[in-house]
Amino acid sequence: MIANTLYNLCGLLLFAMGLFALFACSHPLRKILAVNIMSTGVFQILVATAYRPVGAGAIDPVPHAMVLTGIVVSVSVTALVLVLACRVQETSNLSLLRKGRKIKEPKERAG
Amino acid sequence: MKIRTKNRQKWQPSLLPLLLLFVTGLTALLAQVIYVLPTGGSGLSGEVAQLQKQSGVSSPVTAVLMNFRGYDTLLEVMVLLLAVIGAWSLTKAPLSGKNDHPSPVLVTAVRLLAPLLCLVAMYLVWQGGHEAGGAFQGGALLGGAGVLMLVADLPLMQKIPARSFRLGLLLGPIVFLAVALFCLVMGGELLAYPQRWVASLLLLIETACAVSIGLALASLFAGGRPPDDLLDKENPAVPYGEKKP
Repeated sequence: MIANTLYNLCGLLLFAMGLFALFACSHPLRKILAVNIMSTGVFQILVATAYRPVGAGAIDPVPHAMVLTGIVVSVSVTALVLVLACRVQETSNLSLLRKGRKIKEPKERAG
Repeated sequence: MKIRTKNRQKWQPSLLPLLLLFVTGLTALLAQVIYVLPTGGSGLSGEVAQLQKQSGVSSPVTAVLMNFRGYDTLLEVMVLLLAVIGAWSLTKAPLSGKNDHPSPVLVTAVRLLAPLLCLVAMYLVWQGGHEAGGAFQGGALLGGAGVLMLVADLPLMQKIPARSFRLGLLLGPIVFLAVALFCLVMGGELLAYPQRWVASLLLLIETACAVSIGLALASLFAGGRPPDDLLDKENPAVPYGEKKP
């Protein structure tokens, strides 16, 4: 049970760190990383919730299924947000991501 | 109009401790909640074990994922597709796949590892019926194979024809939706699989979803629409809104 609580608290700590960084940092890349760390904390808590000690019966499959789909969805959302951040960088004058990077704009953008 | 803003907005010195206080308070509250959570209980594992025989698979996680919470999984596969559509409509992929002088070590590694990853992905999808494994794990491995090819900058992903690539991306959601509608027609409820074909239907859905998830993850890693694409080849100079000649 102690291991379980430790896992839960570590997940909570990750969530709190991510939440703090989400508010405190203005850089979009840092914000994206912060949200990822928050979601990692939530997944960790879910996995720890499903855990049963050896011999105490089967694991709870429902949180496991949630985490499985959640990881893939969080990866895809991260990728989309990163592409969006790149577009913001390309089209605006804010030096958000890479400093001094020349915009390599393809001349014709189809449809 | 050019707006120059400072890259780093500094927090007001009085606000940062307030934020810290807020986050600490929230953490303490959540820690309290975690502390009072009932731990010894069995959760929903008893209910799942009761219905396991009807689900068509013997792995409880797959049963929950594909059968009991099938609606959820259907929408999540759609979310992946939406993310790909969003990324593709924003930019072109920066990776061209035109590495003219690849190192022989790289080529050999990719040629050995990519088929192996595909094989293990297929095995994981098959294994999902009775043990840990399934569409998402297999799809993640397929995505890993795609990422390997993209990172090596070899023109392997680009050799997949554009139409087949799109078809592969759509395969999972379409098969899942088709099965859902089939269940609606047969049994009267969405995703209430008929008992006779439940095992084979689940395997069909999982295989299709694994292909889609793998392709979606790889194309998300590429970071945009593949270059030399369908659109650019077939109607090179037709602007949006005009009719084809």
